Amino acid sequence: MAVGTLRRAPLKRSKPWPETWVAAAFVAPAALVIFLVVVVPLARAAWMSLFDIELTRPGVEPFVGLGNYLTQLTSAGFWDSVFKALFFTVVTTVLELSLGVGLAMLMDQPMRLRWVLRSLVILPWALPTIVNALMWRWIDNATYGSLNALLTQVGALHDYVPWLSQDTTAMWMVIIADVWKMTPFCAILILAGLQGIDRELFEAARVDGAGTVAIFRRIILPLLTPIILIVLVLRTMEAFKVFDIIWIMTGGGPASSTQTVAIYAYRTAYQGYDFGQGAALGYLIAIAIMLLAAVYLWLLRRTGTTTS
Amino acid sequence: MTRSVAATRGIAWRLLGTATAVLFVASACSSSSATPSPAFTQPAASQPAASQPAGASPAASAAASQAIDTTTPMTLNVLLMQQAAYSASDIQAMDDAFTKAYPNITINPELVSYDSLHDKIVTAQVGGSGKYDVVLMDTPWPAELVTANIVSDITSKVPADFTSGVFDSAWTAAKYNGKVYGVPWINDTKFFFYNTDMFAKAGIATAPKTWDEVEADAKLIKATGVKYPITASWKQAEAVICDWTQLAAAFGGSDFVDASGKALFNQGGGLAALTFMKKLIDEGLVDPASLSQTEDDVNSVMSAGQSAMALNWTYGLSVMNDPTKSKVAGKMKVAPSPGEGSVTTSGVNGGMSLAVTTTTKHPNEALAYALFLASESSQEMDVANALPMWKASFDNTNVTKGNPDLFAAAKIQFAGLVARPVVPYYTKLSNALQDAIQQTLLGKKTPQQALDDVAAQLPTFQQ
Repeated sequence: MAVGTLRRAPLKRSKPWPETWVAAAFVAPAALVIFLVVVVPLARAAWMSLFDIELTRPGVEPFVGLGNYLTQLTSAGFWDSVFKALFFTVVTTVLELSLGVGLAMLMDQPMRLRWVLRSLVILPWALPTIVNALMWRWIDNATYGSLNALLTQVGALHDYVPWLSQDTTAMWMVIIADVWKMTPFCAILILAGLQGIDRELFEAARVDGAGTVAIFRRIILPLLTPIILIVLVLRTMEAFKVFDIIWIMTGGGPASSTQTVAIYAYRTAYQGYDFGQGAALGYLIAIAIMLLAAVYLWLLRRTGTTTS
Repeated sequence: MTRSVAATRGIAWRLLGTATAVLFVASACSSSSATPSPAFTQPAASQPAASQPAGASPAASAAASQAIDTTTPMTLNVLLMQQAAYSASDIQAMDDAFTKAYPNITINPELVSYDSLHDKIVTAQVGGSGKYDVVLMDTPWPAELVTANIVSDITSKVPADFTSGVFDSAWTAAKYNGKVYGVPWINDTKFFFYNTDMFAKAGIATAPKTWDEVEADAKLIKATGVKYPITASWKQAEAVICDWTQLAAAFGGSDFVDASGKALFNQGGGLAALTFMKKLIDEGLVDPASLSQTEDDVNSVMSAGQSAMALNWTYGLSVMNDPTKSKVAGKMKVAPSPGEGSVTTSGVNGGMSLAVTTTTKHPNEALAYALFLASESSQEMDVANALPMWKASFDNTNVTKGNPDLFAAAKIQFAGLVARPVVPYYTKLSNALQDAIQQTLLGKKTPQQALDDVAAQLPTFQQ
């Protein structure tokens, strides 16, 4: 058979779909799933937040308009939990960012076995939150916890302290556990930012007589600002809605001293079965987080870089 | 009793919606549509009566087997609790015995922690699939679960030997408004456990009979070098309510809310109990770590030989005397919980009952299963961790010989157990009281102020 005698029959091309149709067809399945599992429940929750709904009182669901929102906004318990969440957010975010920058600088230094250091640093972040929380609950145990043992053996304490049983220390213990876990996350992101900085800038600065502190303040920090703001956005949103680590370590106690707004919402919705109030609380928390995110995004734009 | 499909679906939608909104910020869980079932009073099938299962009492079997389907294969979904008493292996043994008698019935037990039990019942039965046929119900819950139409009225189906043979106090865990909604299964209260070595070292020969004596003994023991003679489970959880209730009853006030819904817990025994708890903390007699401790933590502290006395449930004694877990094994003894004044002893009702749900498609078989688990012979399986609720068991030396002190203490306490408030808004009241008690123990409020604050919230809870 001679090569070249086969001729492909010309394809009968149907009229191509408009590009937008093709795009819509590809997006449709994902959009449908998102609509069903995100948009519909969110809309339903918004609707529920306008009614007085209690799960243990089926069939009686009067319309209360914005009553659930007003009840919460005038509730001392709600504001108390908001302030606790804000305190937790501010302290953990500042500590995690500061330590994260320091760790990133250290990991960025040329040294032998740098990969070992990076692996060790990332370990706490790799642990599931529940494991981390249980571990710290044992460490902080008043009777047989290692923290009391360590501090008394080095002479820093004369007596064991019930860290998780005092309203003055319980929140700090939870903060330490969160900082221990989340600092590596900040460090890794900031390290990525550090490695994007042109090293010639440092050499030029040194030639001009700049010291380490000046290089950090004048070169590194300004160039890291966009990544720091992104880390700030992520950590603020996560910290404000913190639930799991506190729930496992203290359950919100003692005397509600670690009851952040997410725990307050959980108790309202899933222990009090007050679903109308719970839905309203969910929206109030979401609005608060969106406001915080908006401030950060505005700051990002001011620095001249946006995530878009 | 049967809920409409539309209503159930509506509730399921609300659950899904709230889960998304509330845990939009935490973590979400959702639910599916519910399936209605025949009402409990409808007979399941007109099959011949089953043969009596091994271990079940004759009367129990007779009452429950009236319309038990012994041919159609079926599965009973059962929601129980993880615990030392009636452990997973104990329950498996009971289930095996039940299915041997009823080969067509498969038992699918699900064991969750106590803290998850109530939430699981409500969300699964009201907002979820309603899949459970039998659920384990704690003492304060019947009012709420009846109001929410989750559990069935079984008043007319309780066998006579159960009514007469089981301690009266055990029935308070299963009743609401005079009707029976559960088969008592666990009868428990908090006993007084003490370290005999520490008592002897302080020159104390007998266990204290009043809380004033507890205070005096604790001071003597503290003088011997024990930093905190008493440890307690006063975490911001149900545990602290149980201890406070037991003390309140000892101080003469076990009624927390009157018939009109007015608070009584902020006066009399409730107030005196909280004042006494605060006094023990201030005097350095109770370990301040108690404010973050549950009952398991109390066992650990006592087993480590760190404290001399504690209140705890029955299973605590076997844990503290277990040589593989405890440094003080063999030195721990039990006594009836102290009283005060004219009250000789008191005990919070820690009993739980097995309730047949309103969504079950097999109500008679579900009840037969509950009665089987609660039968006298099943109850006598694991008396080291859970005391039986049958009066006759306490006179049976074969049962009591393993721990005569525990049975002696239990016989006294079981005669007069007190319940936590059985009101439809119990969960909200309990959460508020937990916070109030801890506010007092941390010195942020006086006992009167803290309890008055909760009393002021009662009308909101009752709406």
